[in-house]
Amino acid sequence: MADRNDIERHTIAVLVDNESGVLARVIGLFSGRGYNIDSLTVAEVDRANKVSRITVVTSGTRMIIEQIKAQLGRLVPVHKVSDLTDEGPHVERELALIKVKGKGDRRVESLRIADIYRARAIDSTHESFVFEISGSTEKIDAFIEIMRPLGLVDVSRTGAVAIARGKGGL
Amino acid sequence: MAARRMNGSEIVVKALVDQGVDTIFGYPGGAVLPLYDALFKQNSVRHILVRQELGAAHMAEGYARSTGKVGVVLVTSGPGATNTVTGLTDALMDSVPMVCLTGQVPTHLIGNDAFQEADTTGITRSCTKHNYLVKNIDDLALTMHEAFHVARSGRPGPVVVDLPKDILQGNGAYRGPDEFEPKRYRPRLKGDRAKIEEAMELIAAAKRPLFYCGGGVINSGPRASKLLTEFVRLTGYPITLTLMGLGAYPGTDKQFLGLVGMHGTYESNLAMHDCDVMIAVGARFDDRVTGKLAAFSPGSKKIHVDIDASSINKNVAVDVPIVGDCARVLAEMIKIWKGRNLAPDAKALAAWWREIARWRAKNCLAYNGSDRIIKPQLAIERLYAATRGRDVYITTEVGQHQMWAAQLFKFDKPNHWMTSGGLGTMGYGMPAAIGVQIAHPRSLVIDIAGEASFLMNIQEMSTAAQYRLPIKVFILNNQYMGMVRQWQELLHGGRYSESYMDSLPDFVKLAESFGAVGLRAERPDQLDGVIAKMLASDKAVIADIRVDQTENCFPMIPSGAAHNEMILGPADRAKKPVSEEGMVLV
Repeated sequence: MADRNDIERHTIAVLVDNESGVLARVIGLFSGRGYNIDSLTVAEVDRANKVSRITVVTSGTRMIIEQIKAQLGRLVPVHKVSDLTDEGPHVERELALIKVKGKGDRRVESLRIADIYRARAIDSTHESFVFEISGSTEKIDAFIEIMRPLGLVDVSRTGAVAIARGKGGL
Repeated sequence: MAARRMNGSEIVVKALVDQGVDTIFGYPGGAVLPLYDALFKQNSVRHILVRQELGAAHMAEGYARSTGKVGVVLVTSGPGATNTVTGLTDALMDSVPMVCLTGQVPTHLIGNDAFQEADTTGITRSCTKHNYLVKNIDDLALTMHEAFHVARSGRPGPVVVDLPKDILQGNGAYRGPDEFEPKRYRPRLKGDRAKIEEAMELIAAAKRPLFYCGGGVINSGPRASKLLTEFVRLTGYPITLTLMGLGAYPGTDKQFLGLVGMHGTYESNLAMHDCDVMIAVGARFDDRVTGKLAAFSPGSKKIHVDIDASSINKNVAVDVPIVGDCARVLAEMIKIWKGRNLAPDAKALAAWWREIARWRAKNCLAYNGSDRIIKPQLAIERLYAATRGRDVYITTEVGQHQMWAAQLFKFDKPNHWMTSGGLGTMGYGMPAAIGVQIAHPRSLVIDIAGEASFLMNIQEMSTAAQYRLPIKVFILNNQYMGMVRQWQELLHGGRYSESYMDSLPDFVKLAESFGAVGLRAERPDQLDGVIAKMLASDKAVIADIRVDQTENCFPMIPSGAAHNEMILGPADRAKKPVSEEGMVLV
């Protein structure tokens, strides 16, 4: 059995009213109470009802994770809090745009590796590529590391989005 | 039905009336002038003019806590709003239902650093339960109704509604509370049946049980206190209360062990430490209650009933969490207890009470009397004796006097004890007493004060004068910030850094300047006479009780120590030095 002081990483999905200040409320809760945010993404998912979905990846002891969910749950604009890590299997993806600068062999090599990772070049000049890659956070980490010596210039990542497997919805 | 058109200010006032508000506490200014104009033209809502906006917030707290209703504050933009921040934080920590209406610069000026502009929703986001900036007049009425719903539902708390001036002056449609549907924020009230069953098994089988109850019982309404009393008596189990919970169970009852925590009684804290089943109802395992967490009640199974899921398992891991309204859960517990003819383990319970009797015999609240100098404890005991049987509400400031009052004044009913528990706000007591007196004009309202705290909001004596409020301020004047002095004596080698109150005013003359009665007692033989005079007066009174400057508040669990390591009194102190680790804590 896991020790109660072990640090666990959890992906939590939160449905919120898309109103002014709601993101500040969520972020303020994390900073005010000293919780970690590993990544956070937010976008409107239901325009008609003005509902946004926040995916937050956080880490802490079991007691802290439970506390985070309870604290999120009592915010007025929060409709639902779902711990995807706890509630059965889920898929998690992140998108990144990665700029690599280089000429000659290094340029060819970066293109070859991008192909292995199924990244697409969405912009190219004689001296650079912008790759689009999606996948798990670990895969993107690995791709960035491999591109670093090949002329990595810039990285833009979305943070993880996640959804439960199967037919159930939030 | 066609919606009625009116201007924003009229919408706000109409919403207040429809929410049952008859009194608000406020201070006008540029951004809220339209609202003050609307107040001028009506007679349903009474406005109490304060002297500084923080006073309004504390008055609203006193009003709310003594009535169970939502306290309402009205202030202007900028400094008006920022001055309420301490009061909002206080209300958040102590779960006081409050709606604070703040003026704001017109919407087109927001973000321009306009005159008296402050980012009120930004500033108050972390010190309110929720807040709103109304940007569209069509949202105004329903926002007001939701604000009241949020303030009073679930675990109560303060809500800010920020009102730009153009919204207050614009025209829109009014919608009544009947058109408001609480689509969001629907706190869970009914406890999980299976968990309650599990709790009942533990409760019935307990050998050394203890009820540990707090302000949540009082916030759940007077019925919760009645049910708690019934359940505790049915079981015959001992009960202890937190600072916020005093009055939730009769303080004069034999099953009541007294206050728990840092300055709680020996019997309460040892019972907490040694119990085998702890029944926590509406209490939040605050650090002032638990002491050293690692050594907190190590052998007990813990049941925790709370309406706020985030209060459960926050500081202390519990065995049976029950999210729900205290009154509802207690009612269900009583039903099960009676329905199944449950009974305590009589033999074990008798042995447990014998053990408690041994702790009680320590007489931990005893102090060394004096015939020359007034002991602060004596002053509170005499005040309590003189007011017994009267309809009395007590507020306090923060510090030693607050702890002595909590230890020695007995409350048999809920909503009669108002103190700043969570935030520990000096300056709370006198404005809170004004709020209580407004709500209960014929009752006796006493602020048990320290001279340092009292001075923090002294300007509100002028409010008391304006509305002829006969509040009694009973100052235990030791010319020190007493609790600071006590900690400096215990933890910092007696180096009394900046804790002496130099250049104090003459409180008798000060009282007279506010049109109040000033009294003073300097010797024990003057004490009863001064109290009698104070109680006989139909005016506001400031009683300056000169007490022993060096008296410390015991018992005390030093920071970083466990319940069974408490210091009983001066003689006990030398044996129990505070750990290095403890000194870091507050």
